[in-house]
Amino acid sequence: MDVSIAINGEQVSREIEPRQLLVHFIRETPGLTGTHWGCDTSNCGACVVQMDGRPVKSCTILAAMCEGHEIRTVEALEVDGRLDPIQQGFHERHALQCGFCTPGMLMTARALLDENPDPTDVEIRTAISGAICRCTGYKNIVSAVRWAADHEAAAKQEA
Amino acid sequence: MQTPAPFEYERATSVEGAIAALGRLGPEARIIAGGHSLLPMMKLRLASPEHLIDINDLAELAYIREQEGEIRIGALTRHVDLLKSELLARRFPLFADAESVIADPVVRNRGTIGGSLCQADAAEDLSAVCSAAKARVVIRAADGERTVGMEDFHVGPYTTAVGAGEILTEVRLPLRPGAGSAHEKVERRAGDWAIAAASAAVWIDGGAIGDVGIALSAVGMTTIHLTRAEELLSGKAPSEELFAQAGEIASEDCSPSADGRGPVDYKRHLAGVLTQRALRRATARALQQED
Repeated sequence: MDVSIAINGEQVSREIEPRQLLVHFIRETPGLTGTHWGCDTSNCGACVVQMDGRPVKSCTILAAMCEGHEIRTVEALEVDGRLDPIQQGFHERHALQCGFCTPGMLMTARALLDENPDPTDVEIRTAISGAICRCTGYKNIVSAVRWAADHEAAAKQEA
Repeated sequence: MQTPAPFEYERATSVEGAIAALGRLGPEARIIAGGHSLLPMMKLRLASPEHLIDINDLAELAYIREQEGEIRIGALTRHVDLLKSELLARRFPLFADAESVIADPVVRNRGTIGGSLCQADAAEDLSAVCSAAKARVVIRAADGERTVGMEDFHVGPYTTAVGAGEILTEVRLPLRPGAGSAHEKVERRAGDWAIAAASAAVWIDGGAIGDVGIALSAVGMTTIHLTRAEELLSGKAPSEELFAQAGEIASEDCSPSADGRGPVDYKRHLAGVLTQRALRRATARALQQED
């Protein structure tokens, strides 16, 4: 079947089998291997992308279900060479080691801050509870999300 | 790589269209909504439908509203919206109790109440929640619709009263005075299935328990309706002693299996304790004593 999905603002059209999962549709699109394919069972959160602004696990959504919806992947965070504050926060607070969970963590955390710009640590931990990191123990990830929230609040005040 | 077996896919543009497609495509067709139960089963080849009918476009099935003395919830309402509903939090707080511990927030963005109920996994929370709240579900077919109480909805493991060519469209929760409700769950880790969970709803009438619903998740082949405990409590003034007795009945009337989540005696113990806690909290909420 022919499917056309808006990914990061660009329409991507391809003939696929109906059983193709969104994560594979994205990763088979040139330049978009940032979305990681992890547990394949909707447990680990490495494959999280945003669908119409809400974080979703792309290993458990058919590509065919996404036609007519806006998909946003980790590649959309950086704009004109400027990192998104959430990416910068991960850099500043050393919130990754191997980096495999990072794209999903970033997209999950970005959606949290879009909805709740000043989350508590508990709210951050709840938001990322569907994402598994085996390196950091989460402490630095929570700290990175906090960093991003603080810097976005400061940037808004200046503006 | 986990890949479902091949199937044909189509999108429904109306409830009638989805029902017509089920009729046209026959028993190997399945409705897909959030897909967070069905797709994992298809990846494991535990389910291999030949056709999927995607109902995610049916916005008319996504709502939570008060109407004709009931809370009415559309089948396509997602877990996240159940969790955030102020109306539900006020009228049936056991939904928020359950939704805050169903899977994880990202999964809750996709999964739906209709999908959860139709999956009828015995470990799933909303089946117990709806049973305790004495919900009725609306099931629509090509020739009209019928309503079924939760006591008749669960037919067996993973099997419900929804028949061939039918779709669950709505969950109805009758509003009655003096209501309080709670859901208590113990899980091994964040986002996991329950080791055991208990849902309770009470309707206090003149200081006594006018009506009560109690149901258990994850401690049997299906959601367990604790009718014996309900009969014990009905008409009596709520008390700790009574809740403890109901807990004992819960331990006796459940039928858990030993697995990686724990041995049988532990699960029976949990079922009792959680039943007691759910009743205590539901009653406190009904009496508005909860701080």
